[in-house]
Amino acid sequence: MKWLVEFFSSGIGKKLLMSLTGLFLIIFLVVHLAGNLQLLKDDNGQSFNIYAKFMTSNPLIKTVSYGLYFFILLHAVVGILIAWSNKQAKGKGYAVSASSPNTSWASKNMALLGTLILAFLFIHMGDFWYKMKFTDLLPYVTYDAEMGPIKNLYARTAEAFSDPLIVITYLIGMAVLSFHLWHGFQSAFQTLGINHPKYSPLIRAAGKAFAILIPLAYAIIPIWHYFNHA
Amino acid sequence: MDMKLNIKVWRQKNSSASGAFETYQVNANEHMSFLEMLDVLNEDLVSKKMEPIAFEHDCREGICGTCCMVINGRPHGPNAGTTTCQLHMRFFKDGDTIVVEPYRAKAFPVLKDLVVDRAAFDRIIQAGGYISVNAGQAPDGNSIPIGKERAARAFEAAACIGCGACVAACPNGSAMLFTSAKVSHLGLLPQGEVESERRVSAMVAQMDKEGFGMCSNVGACEAECPKEIKLDNIAFLNRSYFKSKFKGREA
Repeated sequence: MKWLVEFFSSGIGKKLLMSLTGLFLIIFLVVHLAGNLQLLKDDNGQSFNIYAKFMTSNPLIKTVSYGLYFFILLHAVVGILIAWSNKQAKGKGYAVSASSPNTSWASKNMALLGTLILAFLFIHMGDFWYKMKFTDLLPYVTYDAEMGPIKNLYARTAEAFSDPLIVITYLIGMAVLSFHLWHGFQSAFQTLGINHPKYSPLIRAAGKAFAILIPLAYAIIPIWHYFNHA
Repeated sequence: MDMKLNIKVWRQKNSSASGAFETYQVNANEHMSFLEMLDVLNEDLVSKKMEPIAFEHDCREGICGTCCMVINGRPHGPNAGTTTCQLHMRFFKDGDTIVVEPYRAKAFPVLKDLVVDRAAFDRIIQAGGYISVNAGQAPDGNSIPIGKERAARAFEAAACIGCGACVAACPNGSAMLFTSAKVSHLGLLPQGEVESERRVSAMVAQMDKEGFGMCSNVGACEAECPKEIKLDNIAFLNRSYFKSKFKGREA
């Protein structure tokens, strides 16, 4: 076991944790988006509410979700540790700071961007996940006698996104996520040791497309609701 | 063309002193190298009974890696693929104020003015240890076949002069580009493969112990490296380290 402790206390070991948890969260972003796009369906929330009920009661999904919470926390905690010790390693900065060519702003501000995303997650989960799972604040709706009344999460979503302040918060959150992904997607592969003249240009292009398209698709949801329900 | 310059330079008496910037005027000309300009400035300081600026230099032809300093925020100055001694004053304008600072990283403490202690690099190399090549008569050329592409990659990595510009440029003070160059120039060749698992493990452990930061794949090191060492060496280092730790039989 000594070797494993040694591995995860090394800088490269910690970076591997960031890379693997980051890639898991990238996959989660796609799955979460696929589910949430049902919020754009013109059925007054029926399919979204049934989906939300399934996601909060299916035992397999529940197990995976505990893994997800763990990986989010691991990504955040290890990320903060890395940022802190990197700050120590740099020590005093330069009087003149001239950015080297070919370095993105995002790559030098991943910790800041990550902290903002974590703050966004608290707001986001507090408003929907917490209310859905731990409170009785949501109204009930019945679609199917066999299923019985289920919580109307769609109603809360529509209500939240009629508030311009919440919509703006979400748009800022998605912009921050976009910057984080702009660097994070391709960086995860480099940390894994994947850098190849054939595949790396593809990975970098896919990362940039992902960093733009996924947050954009998420951002459409609050905008659509704002203009349809406000 | 003669040029009058203002040199704003970091002066620090010794490693425990706090240090501050001082500005000096110097008459230089466009044909001087940056180090020759500093020589002229030092001659002037000595003639005025002032302490000359301490800076490291040796070969003055871009291969020894000692002339490390940060010029206007860039290690080895503004040009790509050159060391400070290869930087000529024609890249500056008459009347310019040039800010010269020592490398900044916890693992490279400032000893005096622009001189930093880069012995941490030596200790990383030492940790790498030996490679198994039999002493004795020179072996026949090409007795071990090596593909051209692989030999070229190893050679490019071996071009690293250990100047530390990568550490100086890195916002995390990370030595990953340096260590990766050393690991890949040996690890890519059959002669170096024998000890590669042990070597990469020991070099990474030493690098962490010296207090260098972790790589966040910013790429500033690659941009500032006077020998243009590529980031794919860092990916190679990561792969070699995973292999050493997970596949190696040392428990």
